[in-house]
Amino acid sequence: MTAVEDPTSTASAPEKLVGQARLRKEDARLITGDTTWTDNMTLPGMLHLSVLRSPVAHARITHLDVSGALDSPNVLAVFTGRDFAEEQGSLPCAWPVTPDMVNPGHPSIAVEEVNHVGEAVAIIVGRTKVAAQDAVEKIDVDYEPLPVVLDMEEAVKDGSPLVHDHTSSNTSYHFVFDAGDAGTGGDTEQAFADAEVTVSRRFVQQRLIPAFMEPRSVVVQPSGDNYTMWSATQIPHILRVMAAMVTGIPEHKLRVIAPDVGGGFGGKLQVNPEEILCLLVARRLGKPVKWTETRSESLMTAHHGRDQVQFIDIAADREGNVKGLRVRLLADMGAYLRLITPGVPALGAFMFPGIYKIPAYRFECDGVFTNKVPTDAYRGAGRPEATFAIERIMDELAVELGMDPLELRRKNWINAEEFPFTTVAGLQYDSGDYGKATDQALQLLGYDELRAEQQRRRESNDPVQLGIWFSTFTEMCGLAPSRVLGSLAFGAGGWEQASIRMLPTGKVEVVTGSTPHGQGHETAWSQIVADELGVPFEDVEVLHGDTAISSRGLDTYGSRSLVVGGTAVVKAAEKVVAKARRIAAHLLEASEDDLEFTGGKFSVKGTPGAGVGIQEVALAIFAAHDYPEGIEPTIDAEATFDPVNFSFPHGTHISAMEVDTETGFVKIRKYASVDDVGTIVNPMIVEGQMHGGLAQGISQALYEEAIYDADGNLTTGTFVDYLLPSAADLPHFDTGNTVHPATSNPMGAKGVGEAGCIASTPAVVNAALDAVRHLGVSDIRMPLTPERVWRAIHGGGDGGDRATAGTNAYGGASTETSSGVSTEASSLGGDK
Amino acid sequence: MTAAAHPCNEAEDTHVPQINVRVDGTSYTDDVEPRTLLVHYLRETLGKVGTVVGCDTSNCGACTVHLDGEAVKSCTVLAVQADGSAVTTIEGIADGKTLHPMQKAFHEMHGLQCGFCTPGMIMASIDLVGDIPEPSDHEVREGIEGNLCRCTGYQNIVKAVQQAAAEMRGAGTGSAPATHEAVAQA
Repeated sequence: MTAVEDPTSTASAPEKLVGQARLRKEDARLITGDTTWTDNMTLPGMLHLSVLRSPVAHARITHLDVSGALDSPNVLAVFTGRDFAEEQGSLPCAWPVTPDMVNPGHPSIAVEEVNHVGEAVAIIVGRTKVAAQDAVEKIDVDYEPLPVVLDMEEAVKDGSPLVHDHTSSNTSYHFVFDAGDAGTGGDTEQAFADAEVTVSRRFVQQRLIPAFMEPRSVVVQPSGDNYTMWSATQIPHILRVMAAMVTGIPEHKLRVIAPDVGGGFGGKLQVNPEEILCLLVARRLGKPVKWTETRSESLMTAHHGRDQVQFIDIAADREGNVKGLRVRLLADMGAYLRLITPGVPALGAFMFPGIYKIPAYRFECDGVFTNKVPTDAYRGAGRPEATFAIERIMDELAVELGMDPLELRRKNWINAEEFPFTTVAGLQYDSGDYGKATDQALQLLGYDELRAEQQRRRESNDPVQLGIWFSTFTEMCGLAPSRVLGSLAFGAGGWEQASIRMLPTGKVEVVTGSTPHGQGHETAWSQIVADELGVPFEDVEVLHGDTAISSRGLDTYGSRSLVVGGTAVVKAAEKVVAKARRIAAHLLEASEDDLEFTGGKFSVKGTPGAGVGIQEVALAIFAAHDYPEGIEPTIDAEATFDPVNFSFPHGTHISAMEVDTETGFVKIRKYASVDDVGTIVNPMIVEGQMHGGLAQGISQALYEEAIYDADGNLTTGTFVDYLLPSAADLPHFDTGNTVHPATSNPMGAKGVGEAGCIASTPAVVNAALDAVRHLGVSDIRMPLTPERVWRAIHGGGDGGDRATAGTNAYGGASTETSSGVSTEASSLGGDK
Repeated sequence: MTAAAHPCNEAEDTHVPQINVRVDGTSYTDDVEPRTLLVHYLRETLGKVGTVVGCDTSNCGACTVHLDGEAVKSCTVLAVQADGSAVTTIEGIADGKTLHPMQKAFHEMHGLQCGFCTPGMIMASIDLVGDIPEPSDHEVREGIEGNLCRCTGYQNIVKAVQQAAAEMRGAGTGSAPATHEAVAQA
């Protein structure tokens, strides 16, 4: 993508900042270390928490003696679940996807029973973190083991042991979307009965870990009956409401601040047990407290993502016209329901039809409890899973029909002239041109040349085979129209808030309810406001992430910030201009109707020269010596924007993969993507978001998997074992754009945060399969480790598992658990 | 674990060594528990919180600083091992208000998003360019392999390192040195 385009300014119109690759304002503190990460906070008298965590996946606590820890030096207090049993309530789940969904309740600290490894069992309060940490091992606990439930397909069978013995099964809910019943499509069973061709597959979406770089951290400062909480969170506003409801601290007595936050990717879209526990301890002791997790605590106890078993059937005629789609999911909830745990797979229900015109569709999902850490949002949240399944099954259908898979896609996708298009899932797609994006991506990749090379390698029986394949995708983003969320039983709306304060010196404060953690809101919002108000970019300050400053907001997730939060900023700016117009007319002794506003200046039409700038108006109304009768002396304004629809970015991603058939090693040779994210505010930031999304989507395909052993121990509990890609593991990305503006917001912007992550995973897997399909391989389970690829090529099947026996992906492979193995060599420095 | 306390009173091992270390141009003398890691000494004793902790296993590199001019992960160095040494952190590489070329390049090439890995990434990259003044794309990727970033996909980091390398060897783009203020107003 070309980062900088020539602005198409005319001589009279001021240069627009929207569309320019402005460098980021927020960088100044981040590149110099002048940062305010939560863990940087120190307060007078602050105490430090450490957490004793369950080493077993499912057990009753039969004995708990904290006296050893209490006797440790510099330990002030130790709390167990019994100490907070009456006041801790349950962590909230905001998305009861069905009326009869079973929510077993989620204590922040275990009282009688632990249900996953890593669950909090005791909290040590120390003068220093060292003191608190040292005392952890001095607590004595006995656990009476209970049967461990790990495999979803086993867990849903009659007679399976239960994760929660007060429930009647391990199924939390059964969610159904049937297009026939909804009136958005035909009868799915009939479509399959009448079909000439059907293809059925079982795909596994492995469990992933968001793995934001900044570990979670919480500081709580009590002051009388007021509490201030700093937290490394994506959602200070939602956290405030929820924490107030859970703890009984009145909402107006609780202020939540998200200072600099080091990434989230959905992983910090949560009300965490430790956030509640910090509040409870601070309230009990009347002292400021801090908790910062270690990386292994993070990987073990912060929520995970994905983890679905997908059964997908597609029906078509011999000519390749798709007739029906049927999806049945098992979605792993983990041991509890956190904030939107049940909603993630349910949200995916609407994306399985992808970009295709499918006449009949039925979706069913069972949310299943297991003795693992809960799942919840991770970049894409339901949509990557859906996109993977539809893009994989389209290829399988093409193979079955003996048809070119791109031809099959062209035959079934929505054509450019058909927008707006209402899909079989009931969504109205706004705009796009799938053909154009695909053509551009083919060109960007150098498709024909690579296909020729593939042919040469096939013919020469090269041990390194080449595969080239696609993902053509769309996603719903910009969460979300509040009424739609209401119809899905979500516990909140989807609006966003902004306010603009015009300061006497002409400087502008923009308050946004959408709290960034790396997305560059301060820069993009400044560009928008500079254009709307005609003030210099430098004169705009964007404030966020503090509920005392930004009183209303619904925070950052679901690619919503620009399309919902940015639109609220535009609306607020329009109100500022409207209010300033009245003052300006008064000052210029002119009629409002005769004023024009351009480049930050009100002037009387046909009277060049005379005029007053909006920044001057700000000073005049601050002085308030001379303004019209009957109005307030302010031009500040606020706006709340509730979108009427989602926006639907789309794109075509093409991956060229080398597969070494002798070693199973796969390597991305080339990657090209063309995305349509509507109107672009800052192309540099958009490209950065694409790169980051691509990295995470590719990493799901090739590298990442949270693995539990047969006892429910997370065996990928450090960055030694959970493979995050380094610079050496990822390719150069060739990215491009087409632009079809969204119709649901005045900027025409579509979301970009999740696009790369949603599209790339199936492109990579499809391309790797294309390299070895002629060897009889039709599926390889993610991640495509060399071991799995080699097995698929040489042993058939989908490569089995490197997974240990506790994962849903377990297929009988013999990899043994590595938990509990400790040798001199594996011991970390400093460990005794 | 941290070094914020003065654990002399009740610690079992009563021998608490004293270290003298120069950090970002200032000399410090402190008693430190022998097990104290350099990164915890920097953050919790000296308040040098620009350097951050991202993992427990020396995989992520977020804590990278220079120890006598060499990049080290400060979670793998004991504070006592820095006795008599000079440490440079992200807070000490700018020349007054003028940014280091690597800081400037990360800004100009959009080599950061959330910025948590950035201090370590910049410190590792400066060391890399010291060893390889004109690194290829591949050499940059191999050279920063020990530093993890979850936001950027690395492509813009690679570009930033190469731009800074050019400037550091005097083949720069000719753009003026950036200052803190200029970046804040970019």
